[in-house]
Amino acid sequence: MVNPEIQGKRYPRTPAYQVGREKVREFARAVFSSKESFDLDYALSLGHKDLVVPPTFPVVIQEQSLKLVLEDPESQIDFSRVVHGDQRFKFERPIVAGDVLTSELNVASVKSLGGNHMVSFETEIFDEGNQLVCTAFSTLVVRGA
Amino acid sequence: MPNFSELSVGDVVASKTFDLTRDSLVRYAGASGDFNPIHYRDDIAQSVGLPGVLAHGMLTMGLAVQPLIDWVQDSARVLDYGVRFTKPVVVPASGVATLTVTATIAQLDEESNKARVDLTCSFEENNVLGKAQVWVQL
Repeated sequence: MVNPEIQGKRYPRTPAYQVGREKVREFARAVFSSKESFDLDYALSLGHKDLVVPPTFPVVIQEQSLKLVLEDPESQIDFSRVVHGDQRFKFERPIVAGDVLTSELNVASVKSLGGNHMVSFETEIFDEGNQLVCTAFSTLVVRGA
Repeated sequence: MPNFSELSVGDVVASKTFDLTRDSLVRYAGASGDFNPIHYRDDIAQSVGLPGVLAHGMLTMGLAVQPLIDWVQDSARVLDYGVRFTKPVVVPASGVATLTVTATIAQLDEESNKARVDLTCSFEENNVLGKAQVWVQL
């Protein structure tokens, strides 16, 4: 069950999240990265300011925005019935350790399909200078009872 | 660094197998902050009608792009990456779930030196990611 009225709803900006260098290494190990996200000298030699995050790292920021939706009584989403349908990240620039990021989510669509509900979100991720660095697109499938 | 002019659509540029264990799932839960117990508790996974403890979809998505990153040698070259989650990956309490990833050139944009690379990620002969497409700057 999802309240179709949340389509188009915009959720508030999340608190600042500082991308820590050791967090990048921890995440990189968990997704079986090779040296790009561990080796600082290597990252610097490529001209980056610090370690570059793996491409799926922005899910950590997206999660902060999604939490607002799941906690919103108006959304009526039963988390125990939620399955991840799809995910996409579109980068404006690479995210590096040291970045301070915030995000803002809007509910792009709510659809019903064969007893299930599909909710699609667009989460914009901004840096400290309020420049867009990444847009995360995510669809959750809420299985019908 | 791959040489753009030597690439053709259909080239397989990277492939690798990954053995997932329960340890892999616990490690990913900690690193990502996704502590949904269906990713480490058999009893809870069964109680919600799942065939067993599942790998996080985002873990599968995260590792599937790594062979491609090894090829381009810089994760900053990934401009856009999207997938659909089509099948669950069941990870046994002991033993491994083996995923096989292949990255194939699907489109080349000569003006901007960008390539679309399509990924397959198979588990027990099923492709667990649908429409897994990555745009990379070469």
